[in-house]
Amino acid sequence: MKKRIEDLRLIENIRLNDEYFEIVLISGHPLPEILPGQFAEVRVDGSETTFLRRPFSFFDTETEKQQVRLLIQIVGEGTQRLSEIKPGTFLNLIYPLGRSFSLPEGKKFLLVAGGVGIAPMLLLGKWLRAQDRDPVFLFGFRSHRQFFELDRFEALGEVYVTTEDGSLGVKGLVTAHPLLADEGFSGIYTCGPEPMMKAVAHVAAEKNLFCEASLENTMACGFGACLTCARQTTEGVKMVCSDGPVLNTKQIIWQT
Amino acid sequence: MLGRARIKYQTNHMADLTVHIGGLELKNPVTTASGCFGYGPEFTDFMDISRLGGIFVKGTTGGLREGNPYPRMAETHSGMLNSVGLQNKGVDYFIDHIYPAIKDYKTNFIVNVSGSTIDEYVEVAEKLAGLEKIPGIELNISCPNVKEGGMVFGTHCPSAVAVTEAVRKIFPKTLIVKLSPNVTSVPEFAKAIEGAGADALSLINTLLAMAIDAEKRKPVLATVTGGLSGPAIKPVALRMVWEAYHSVSIPVIGIGGIMNATDAIEFLLAGAAAIQIGTANFIDPAVSMKVINGIDDYLVRHGFSSVRELTGKLELPGGFNRFRPKTF
Repeated sequence: MKKRIEDLRLIENIRLNDEYFEIVLISGHPLPEILPGQFAEVRVDGSETTFLRRPFSFFDTETEKQQVRLLIQIVGEGTQRLSEIKPGTFLNLIYPLGRSFSLPEGKKFLLVAGGVGIAPMLLLGKWLRAQDRDPVFLFGFRSHRQFFELDRFEALGEVYVTTEDGSLGVKGLVTAHPLLADEGFSGIYTCGPEPMMKAVAHVAAEKNLFCEASLENTMACGFGACLTCARQTTEGVKMVCSDGPVLNTKQIIWQT
Repeated sequence: MLGRARIKYQTNHMADLTVHIGGLELKNPVTTASGCFGYGPEFTDFMDISRLGGIFVKGTTGGLREGNPYPRMAETHSGMLNSVGLQNKGVDYFIDHIYPAIKDYKTNFIVNVSGSTIDEYVEVAEKLAGLEKIPGIELNISCPNVKEGGMVFGTHCPSAVAVTEAVRKIFPKTLIVKLSPNVTSVPEFAKAIEGAGADALSLINTLLAMAIDAEKRKPVLATVTGGLSGPAIKPVALRMVWEAYHSVSIPVIGIGGIMNATDAIEFLLAGAAAIQIGTANFIDPAVSMKVINGIDDYLVRHGFSSVRELTGKLELPGGFNRFRPKTF
């Protein structure tokens, strides 16, 4: 799919909790095909300390309405500024970027995410559902303060939640949840902190299950030109932006 | 709609944008900097790369280099640090796999050449000399991100001369040498490299720099130091281009934080015959098209018939005589 640079109008900026917000952007043109796991590089205007674009996974797309949604965690000045942008403002995006999740044989898939790693899982769940697969979601948060209404996920499949402090759902890390021991899954998709993805990949490897992870890295361009988002893999150096962000966990050499 | 825009563009297009660098004719002075534009095809979704005066292809070495560990990038005020470390698959891979994919675009592909030893520079240059559609190379003697070679050649004048002379002997096409800003005297290096047989100079490469994460009490980059680029370095680059222009008779290509046409024109006024756009490509992958159009507009608006008239056209304060007036 051809990549484009485009100004999209922000029509809603929804604060989900202390850390997360969701922005809804509308395009003046028909959307390109956007696959789950792909991302956009968003320009943050008006500050010399936010010089580079910020990469965000697509949270959701609505083709008929020409709308895309991004789920963003406030981690620094760039994301703080984006959280304050008012409806009517145009945001400049380069999209769609990166390699998306793939679809192996099988019926039932486990989607494991930690924190804002939840972002690509809605589009992935919808895509799996559209191809007659059954997604089951397992999400881990630090505490209830990161939680937000998950009804859009519940419409697609069962949702299980863990929190590290036990303030919501099962107490503990997502990787300790009994669901990971369930034998009924044909594959696992994961996105979140690296130690979590590594543990999930380990479970998948023990069961010889298909497993893909969406990686993160600092990057400047997002389309394979700057070579700063390098990641050593079993098949040599790969660029997270253009060879990924989604890689099969068999390729990944974990850093933690 | 597009067709009409093009016709309008052509009828309004008054100025001559052609420039010459050594044996190269560039259709305009706007080129893209090595390491910031891949091999070119990465950008074809965003623009017609054949409109560029030239593309300085990603740094190429004798063999495969995996580059440095990550993090390789740190965002800084109006700029960024990188420590990519010349990641590339080597000159043979370039010849077999990249060259066939780029050779039919109608622009000048100038390969940036790097090495750990003089022999490696010579080996790469010799192999590239045989490629019909590669009209020139740019010797990278100024990469701050590799342990051996790279900047060592660019910050030690006898080494810079030796590598330039060695490559000059075996490379008959246009030879451009990319200077390091990490030196005390740009004129000293510029003159010495001109004397060693370079056809043109390009400057500046990135400034050796570092970024620190105070919360973690650690450097941001895995390599601790890296190269600073972006508009943060533009004033330094302008000064160095201006010094180089007044030190040599060969053309100077200006590089350093160019984000728009005005920045590019400033470099031309300082003495650059052409410019390279680097980091800006990451933020706006079509920026070079805007720079070409903006230079054309400027020339028409100020009554210049050729972009070549702008080079070194800086008007200095009366009585300023650090450099003698110079004409091409």
